[in-house]
Amino acid sequence: MRRRAVSGALYATPAALLVGLFFVVPLLLVAWMSLHRWPLLGKPRFNAPANYTAIGDNALLRDAAWFTVQYTVLITVLLLAIAFGLALLVQNRRPGVGFFRTAFFLPMAVGFASASLLFLGLLSDEIGPVPSGGDSPALGSAVLLVLWRFAGFNMLILLTGLQAIPLDVYEAARIDGATRWQLFGRITVPLMRPTIALVLTMMITGSLLAFDQFWILTRGGPDNSTTSLVMVIYREAFVRLDLGSAAGISVVLLVLLAVVSSVQLAVLRRRSA
Amino acid sequence: MRTSYYFTGTALAILFLFPLVWSGWASVRTDTGFGLENYARLFSSANGIRPVHVLNSVIVSALTVAGTLVVSTFAGYAFGRFRFPGRNLLFLLTLAILMVPYATILIALYVLLGWLGLEDSLIGLSLVLIVFQLPFSVFMMRNSFEAVPIELEESARVDGCSSFGTLVRIMLPAVRPGLVTVGLFAFLSSWSEFFAPLILLNSTSKFTAIVAVVNMRTASHGSIDYAALEAGVVFMAVPCLVLFAFMQRSYVRGFTSGALKG
Repeated sequence: MRRRAVSGALYATPAALLVGLFFVVPLLLVAWMSLHRWPLLGKPRFNAPANYTAIGDNALLRDAAWFTVQYTVLITVLLLAIAFGLALLVQNRRPGVGFFRTAFFLPMAVGFASASLLFLGLLSDEIGPVPSGGDSPALGSAVLLVLWRFAGFNMLILLTGLQAIPLDVYEAARIDGATRWQLFGRITVPLMRPTIALVLTMMITGSLLAFDQFWILTRGGPDNSTTSLVMVIYREAFVRLDLGSAAGISVVLLVLLAVVSSVQLAVLRRRSA
Repeated sequence: MRTSYYFTGTALAILFLFPLVWSGWASVRTDTGFGLENYARLFSSANGIRPVHVLNSVIVSALTVAGTLVVSTFAGYAFGRFRFPGRNLLFLLTLAILMVPYATILIALYVLLGWLGLEDSLIGLSLVLIVFQLPFSVFMMRNSFEAVPIELEESARVDGCSSFGTLVRIMLPAVRPGLVTVGLFAFLSSWSEFFAPLILLNSTSKFTAIVAVVNMRTASHGSIDYAALEAGVVFMAVPCLVLFAFMQRSYVRGFTSGALKG
């Protein structure tokens, strides 16, 4: 039996080494770096809590945080509504439903950076089929892109939640004379709560970490009006060459995301109550 | 009811497929008609992509797929079939990678890879990409190994197979669907990954293809060559779409089961 334990531990060793070295160590390191003045080249020097106090004075970061929050709310509301609508549309086995599901999901096969380049051309005045007339609203193009690429993915996850609801629950309610809206509000949504919580968390964390779409579509402009939080981290590190400041912002963002995740866990737990 | 279902579905399907079809069309559209000039410019313009960038992408994808398969197969076997000290802790820690989006720790990874002598290195990038594949792939492989009937393994052990012999001869054929899904995922995400190579690779000759294509847009201060960019989009998307078409079933199934059982 002890030999089994040793073999098991040996098989798990490569994963343990990788997780330790490239996940646990960087996690500790980013916290450690945030306590130092850490130039890209040169010796780090302890300066806590300067990187954190500087966060309050960083006007660009403040604007980026506000913009990222607005963007997150916008994406989450629109994406949830559209993905839910698509899931309801294709939930039943009918002729053609496989084609529809594939069509909605297919954008996911295109990498996100590629998809951003695709929309850069699609919404451009030079070769785009829909001339947007001068400066197209920068935020709007990013929202369109994200809806196009991720609606099908979220539809698929919501679909698995929809299909887990037993049909006889609907039957019973229908016999009691419930309308379609009542079925949706009283049965579908409450029973889907864990799935909705999962999808919401992925949308919120994904949007708070937005980078590719703005880096490629808008370059953060015009006038930094579409600069996201992760773009500020990138700029602190590789334009201002101040890794300590970038690490400080990363830690704050990490804590924020941990809060979002634990709220999700709380919602998931409450379902059994 | 029926007609409105088909009408809505078809209209939406056209809306979702349109950008894909359009980029294919725009990539072959030229001033005089149709041709491959945009692709020629993609590979020849000053900031364009070079064969070495495609090679870099192939290397990174191959290393990531191979590494993910090997590490997650061993780990899945260990979690699914063995009990050993630290088993639960390691499993939870691996899943916790999902909770910490890597954009927030890439700055630290940049410094760490420098200490290890792996700065600006395709191997360093691949190691990072493997680690971020692990939550999904280890989970998937553990489930696959657990689903193999225990009798199959016991008969092999009675026949004198070592645990490694059992893995290679009995278990691997049985978990092949899981391996396909894990490998496919690792390819799709490493081939298209943009942020990690942008941070971890510095020299132009080390760029992966997608970083080089994006560089065509970001390095141009004047006018953007949109048509060549669309050629780049198609060039990057075709391998993914082909793989996707071949393996759509296992891809979609793996996606939903992996996302939900977590």
